[in-house]
Amino acid sequence: MKELKLMKGNEALAEAAIRAGCDGYFGYPITPQSEVLEYLTQHAKARTGMVVLQAESEIASINMVYGAAGTGKKVMTSSSSPGISLMQEGISYIACAELPCLLVNVVRGGPGLGTIQPSQGDYFQAVKGGGHGDYKLIVLAPSTVQEMVDHVKLGFELAFKWRNPVMILTDGALGQMMEKVELFPQMPRTEEIYPWATTGKTKDRERSIITSLHIQPDKMQEINLHLQKKYKAIEEEEIRYEMIDCEEPDLILVAFGLVARICQKAAQLAKEKGIKVGVFRPITLFPFPYKALNELADKVKSFLTVEMNAGQMVEDVRLAVNGKIPVEFTGRMGGIVPTPEEILQKIEEIYVGETV
Amino acid sequence: MNEKRLLEEEKHFETMIAEESICTNDNLVYEKPDTLTDTPMHYCPGCGHGVAHRLIAEVIDELGIQDKTIGVAPVGCSVFAYNYLNIDMTEAAHGRASAVATGIKRMLPDKYVFSYQGDGDLAAIGTGETIHTCNRGENILIIFINNGIYGMTGGQMAPTTLIGMKSTTTPFGRDVEIMGNPLKITELIAQLPGVYYCTRVAVNTPNNVRRAKKAIYNGFKYQELKKGLSFVEIVSNCPSNWKMTPVESNKWLEEHMLPYYPLGDLKVPQNPQKTDKEK
Repeated sequence: MKELKLMKGNEALAEAAIRAGCDGYFGYPITPQSEVLEYLTQHAKARTGMVVLQAESEIASINMVYGAAGTGKKVMTSSSSPGISLMQEGISYIACAELPCLLVNVVRGGPGLGTIQPSQGDYFQAVKGGGHGDYKLIVLAPSTVQEMVDHVKLGFELAFKWRNPVMILTDGALGQMMEKVELFPQMPRTEEIYPWATTGKTKDRERSIITSLHIQPDKMQEINLHLQKKYKAIEEEEIRYEMIDCEEPDLILVAFGLVARICQKAAQLAKEKGIKVGVFRPITLFPFPYKALNELADKVKSFLTVEMNAGQMVEDVRLAVNGKIPVEFTGRMGGIVPTPEEILQKIEEIYVGETV
Repeated sequence: MNEKRLLEEEKHFETMIAEESICTNDNLVYEKPDTLTDTPMHYCPGCGHGVAHRLIAEVIDELGIQDKTIGVAPVGCSVFAYNYLNIDMTEAAHGRASAVATGIKRMLPDKYVFSYQGDGDLAAIGTGETIHTCNRGENILIIFINNGIYGMTGGQMAPTTLIGMKSTTTPFGRDVEIMGNPLKITELIAQLPGVYYCTRVAVNTPNNVRRAKKAIYNGFKYQELKKGLSFVEIVSNCPSNWKMTPVESNKWLEEHMLPYYPLGDLKVPQNPQKTDKEK
C-alpha cells in the first residue's frame, strides 16, 4: 500500500534519511534547512537508533561526517550556502579519501551572508569541485518534494556504489514548501563491514588507513588519475535527465530543480500563444547530460537557460551545444524566484527574433 | 669536543648492532611492541614523538585492544602517525582530529578511539573542536603533545610558545604585548564537566616516561569503562626547532617548560574502577 503524506521539503528529506537506514547525521542549524536537524532529533533515535548530533559548527559537522563515513556507515549532513562554504575543506578530504556520504545544500541567495530566500547560486561550487584540488561530487537536483525523498535513497546508493560524496543541491523554496509525497518503506541500518573502513584491525587484514595525504608526487598523481578515471566512469553510467515536450519544439528551456517546474508553466503559456516550447531538466548536475543536450541542439534553433543565479549552468549548456545554436540566458538573483510570465516574455523575444 | 663524543657514540652503536648475539632469550628485557610497525620514523633524533608513539603501542599491546582501536592523526609532525602504529587510523584535517574521532566513536561506540594532536593543531586552529569535544564528554582519549612550537612547518610560534621564547615568527622572543600569553589549554579543559580525567605528563626523563605511560593506560581504561573524555597532555621537546641537542632540549624543557606547564593530575576520577552500571 502506498504511504502518502503532505510534507515540507526539509522534513520529507529527513524522513527519507531515517527510512534509508541512515546511521548518522551531523549538522548545525542554518536557515532555510534547520528543519532537517529538528525533525531528525525528534524522530530518528526512537525509530532506528540513528545517531543525530548537533555539532558546534559546520566545520565540525563535516569532519564528524569524515570520521563516521570512514567506518563504512551511511552518514550525512545538511546545510545551506554559507555553511556549505565552511565545509569545503572537509569535502575535499572526503572526496580524496573516497568515502561515501550524503551532503545536502538547501541553497539560499548569496554571496556573503546573503539572504535566506531560495537561490541556485551554488551551482559552480557544487558541480565544479568547490574545495581545493581536482575532485567531483555526484550532484543530484530534485525539483519536487517527492524527489527530495527519492534522491536521499538514490544518493546513498550512488555514494556507496562509487565510494564518492553525493550532494543533493536543492533550494530554500523546495526545502520550505509542502507537497504530497509517497514514502518508501523502512530500510535496515548498515551491518556490512567494509574492508576499507576503520573498524579495528583484525588479524586477517592489513590496517585500514583513511588519508588524503600522499606526499610523493608520483603517488599523488596516481591517486588523481584513479579519481579522474572514476569520474569518467560516473559520466558514462549515471547521467539522469528529464525531457518534456522536446519532440518538435520551436525552443527548448533548460533548467534544473524548482526552476524547471516554473519553466513547464511558462511552456504552457507559450503553447497558448502558438509557440512550441520543450523543457530539458538535468537531474544529475554532475555528471552533466552534455551529449543529450548536444543531440537536442540539432532539433531546435535555440536554447533558453533559466536559473536562479547570474548564469552558471548556462556555461555547461553552451559547452554541450558547442556553438551549434545560440544559448540564451535569463535568471533572477538575490533570492527572487522567476515567474512564468517573465520567462514567457523572454521566450517571445527569442521567438520573434528567430521568425522575423 | 662534542663532535668527538658523537663519533665515539656512533661507533659504539655500530659495534652493538654488529653483535647480533647480544640479544638472547635469557637477557631479553625490551622488545618492539606489536602495535609499532617496522617503518623507520621520520622524527628528528631525540624528539619526544617517538617515545609517545611507543608508549601508546605498549599500552595497546598490554590491554590487547589492537583489533578494537582506531586512532586519529593530526596535521603537524605526527601527520604520519598512521605509518608507525599498526592499527586502523584516519588522518584528519588540521585541527579537526577530535571532531573526526567523535564521528568514529559515535558510529562505533564499543571501539577504543583516540586522537593524537600537537599544540598548533589542538590549541590554535582546532580550539573550537577541542573544547566542544571535551565538553560533550565524548568517550575518547585525546593525547596532546605540547612542545611549544610548530615543528612540521619549521619552527613557528605555537599558542603554547613561552614568553620570550624564540621561533621563526617570534625572532626576538614571544612578546606578550603583540602575541598574548602562552595558552594553558589543559587547565581550561579540566574545568569542563564532560572531562573525566585530565593530566599533564612529560617524556624527558625515564621516570616521567613511566608516568606518561600510566596516564595513557588510564585514558584507555576509563574509555573501556565508558567514563567520558580523558585528556593527556605530554610536554615534549623539539630539538631541531629549539636549536638544541636532544640532551640540551630535555634540560631546557625541565627548566623552562615545566615551571609554566607543571606536571601532575588536573582532574582525577573519584571512583574509577566501577562503571555507572555497577554503582
